[in-house]
Amino acid sequence: MYSVRIFCARHARVFEKTYTVLESLFVLLHPILNKLGYNRLEKPVAIIEKLTKGFLFDCQMCGQCVLSSTGMSCPMNCPKNVRNGPCGGVREGGFCEVNSHMRCVWVEAWNGAGRMTSGLERIRAVQPPVNRELAGSSSWLRVVREKAELRLSLKQQAKQGGPDLAKAEMANAFSDARKNHPGVAPLATEPKAALAEQAVVEQTSVHKTHKAASQ
Amino acid sequence: MIKVQTPEPFDPLMQEPLLPPKGHYSASKLERVLRAGHFAVTSELNPPDSADPRDVLKAAEPLIEVADGINATDASGANCHMSSMGICSLLSRAGQGVVFQISCRDRNRIAIQGDVLGAAAMGVGAVLCLTGDGVGVGDQPGAKAVFDFDSISLLRTLKTMRDEGVFLSGRKLSTPPKIFLGAAENPCVEPLEWRADRLEKKVEAGADFIQTNYIFDVDRFERFMEKVRARGLHKKVFILAGVGPLASAKAARWMRTNVPGIHIPDSVIERLENADNPGREGKEICIELVKKMRRINGVAGVHIMAYRREHMVNEIIEESGVLKDRL
Repeated sequence: MYSVRIFCARHARVFEKTYTVLESLFVLLHPILNKLGYNRLEKPVAIIEKLTKGFLFDCQMCGQCVLSSTGMSCPMNCPKNVRNGPCGGVREGGFCEVNSHMRCVWVEAWNGAGRMTSGLERIRAVQPPVNRELAGSSSWLRVVREKAELRLSLKQQAKQGGPDLAKAEMANAFSDARKNHPGVAPLATEPKAALAEQAVVEQTSVHKTHKAASQ
Repeated sequence: MIKVQTPEPFDPLMQEPLLPPKGHYSASKLERVLRAGHFAVTSELNPPDSADPRDVLKAAEPLIEVADGINATDASGANCHMSSMGICSLLSRAGQGVVFQISCRDRNRIAIQGDVLGAAAMGVGAVLCLTGDGVGVGDQPGAKAVFDFDSISLLRTLKTMRDEGVFLSGRKLSTPPKIFLGAAENPCVEPLEWRADRLEKKVEAGADFIQTNYIFDVDRFERFMEKVRARGLHKKVFILAGVGPLASAKAARWMRTNVPGIHIPDSVIERLENADNPGREGKEICIELVKKMRRINGVAGVHIMAYRREHMVNEIIEESGVLKDRL
């Protein structure tokens, strides 16, 4: 909902703290999650993530959440899907170029980042283009996999002749963004279920945004 | 009169590829002029709605004499015209310095990375990375907007291609593109507070030069430049300030309402309204702006966008006297 999403960005600091605690908790739970099987967990966790983040941030389930680097304002609600905004078309008063009734997602993002502890440092990282293969999958699980497995998997992969070339290049080119959000250019092996929904996110996300904003 | 060197035609198939001078990324004229410390001039070409190559040359003619780089727009304002790729290929062959504009609105990462190789092969040395206006403001609002990249992720990708010699997929390029990387910034629109930070991000992503959107509000721009200098960005990136002649008060009001990202203060519009000859007044305002930009510390040149008033570009530059050091 538009008003909830605006509220979240304006209280970015609270959400930053909550997220930091939850993330470390999840990373600690990695051995258990791994035992349960990420493949099995994928669908149910994705549903919970969609409901929670959908309510709070109008989350579009891109699968590579960067909320804590975008002042808790979801960049996928930008009609241009800009991941490093704002664009040059922002209207007087901070409204969106495309949808003049909506606050610019990125004006809210920079202001939100300013309210956070490490927001301004994080928003400066160059974010890679969205990997559309990961749309619909759980970003939370991806972050846990990356953060917990990264060191180990990199070592193993190095032994086996290095990680997947395409993945490695994306991770290398956008290494600054990966520092905070390894999920934007993941290296760890993806469970099958996370890649099942390969449907390209059509402009439905934009339409939804328009509807939400005009309400 | 400004002395111009007659450009040498360049035939990419018959000649050796153009090599960048030492310490340069590209062989582009724009990079050469900027690195030599000259005040640079770039200007936007009005792309033809035609398949006739002579129309491209005709559109470039009024700019050739003064521009160190001719910008070929990529369906600006989401209006369909001849492609920037086609225009750049033709003008490079005619020996002109060009700036190949790429908007993220119409093409995805596969198309754009390929286009950059194609353009570089044709002798293009400078690329401007833009996010692009939304499709809704153009002549075909029903089109599918792509926006796979944004300007900053595009910059980083092209920098990776140039410096690491690989596609974003990691596949090796046998010859990487030798390009001077540009981006835009709009210092006069919201969020004013964060515009310099965004510029910093563009520099971080790989921008070598910046061409700004229209500046009509010098105070706002000065405040922006203060922040830019405080961060030392003017030493890391060449900033070309965007200016242009307005036709009339009515046209200025129309632009302000209908073209995304244009801020024109009321005082400018009043000046046009009270003038006997608004066209000439618009040109005067533009000349004054060029002179003012010349004096701002950290501004390396001007970018003139004179849509449908390209015939004035020559006079604006000559009367402003900014090219005197190159006589």
